[in-house]
Amino acid sequence: MKITKSKTYKTFTNPIWGNNPISIQMLGICSSLAVTVQLKTAVVMSLSLAFVVAFSSMIISLIRNHIPRNIRILAELAVIATLVILADEFLRAYFYDISKQLSVFVGLIITNCIVMGRAEAFALSNPPHLAFVDGLGNGAGYGSVLITVAFIRELLGSGKLFGFKVIPESMYAAGYEDTGFMLLAPAAFIIIGLLVWLQKSIVRD
Amino acid sequence: MNDLINIFVNSVFVGNILLAYFLGMCSFVAVSKNIDTAIGLGFAVVFVLSVTTPVNWLIYHFLLAPGALAWAGLPDMDLSYLKLITFIVVIATIVQVIEMLIDRFSSALYAALGVFLPLIAVNCAILGAALFMVERNYTFIESTVYGFGSGVGWMLAIVSMAAIRIKLRYANTPKGLEGYGITMIVTGLMAMAFMLFSGITL
Repeated sequence: MKITKSKTYKTFTNPIWGNNPISIQMLGICSSLAVTVQLKTAVVMSLSLAFVVAFSSMIISLIRNHIPRNIRILAELAVIATLVILADEFLRAYFYDISKQLSVFVGLIITNCIVMGRAEAFALSNPPHLAFVDGLGNGAGYGSVLITVAFIRELLGSGKLFGFKVIPESMYAAGYEDTGFMLLAPAAFIIIGLLVWLQKSIVRD
Repeated sequence: MNDLINIFVNSVFVGNILLAYFLGMCSFVAVSKNIDTAIGLGFAVVFVLSVTTPVNWLIYHFLLAPGALAWAGLPDMDLSYLKLITFIVVIATIVQVIEMLIDRFSSALYAALGVFLPLIAVNCAILGAALFMVERNYTFIESTVYGFGSGVGWMLAIVSMAAIRIKLRYANTPKGLEGYGITMIVTGLMAMAFMLFSGITL
């Protein structure tokens, strides 16, 4: 069997494009906007979310037959919160500056609808390895949107990528100016709106 | 007193929890289709925020903060890393209680809010307000005002969005931009309007 036909492969790629958590399912928008002023924070945030969603899906899937139905939300929250605390403490120990910039948003991964949504919709009814791959795929789908938005905002807003100047001085000398608007909150909403428009038009054709 | 009014005005307008900090977007996009549900959910969020923020303040300052356990004879204890899990459990519990109360006293509202009531527990705005309150070192009174103000701000945003979406039904939106896409762009424009409030100090 070719690898592109296997169920595992489909589980991984589906959420990256066709069923992207942010732009198609409308999940997890909250955090995606606040951390996209710079590429650096966007990348760190994507990695943290991918870690949490992949492992929480796997763990919940492992114990899915032992969770009583009516307290499952609490059980899921406990697993997710534990993983988020791990990610938060790790960032605070090794990347203190970035952790300060991300402020409360790493903690807010707990209430990120993607994590809960995948646990409810996928992990509770699928075996652990598929749940893990599904989590990774959703993390990657989330990350791809986050990084695209951050790329646009950092490039147009401050003329930098990953904190390095990429727009040459000669451009500034010729009268080019950074668009300060890109760094403000409204720009994030508008960029996401336009990206959704673009993707929906392509997907339908 | 001036401080408190300042925190209130700031949390409703300038630092609006939805338009400036992007918290509570998921239910915002999903529920703003209908103005009655939007108002109902808005009140629920105001109520939950004004209850959970002070409760979480008490828990943080008497149990979790570094040195908070001094009254129990443990001055060196620092449990602040447990704040995420504690806050979310407190919020989930309070939401559950409110859900039972609404079910008991107003079945119309209960039917209208439907699945969104349990979702308040995972509404980022609620946990976000609790975390901001810790990060900004608010006092007890300040965090009560901040919780209430954030709730009012969130409600203001969702109700005006629902009103705009009613008008949008008659607009000729390009295909693909309908629904989600145009909602995000309109939210962006609203956020821009709210930014004009910045610089107001009392």
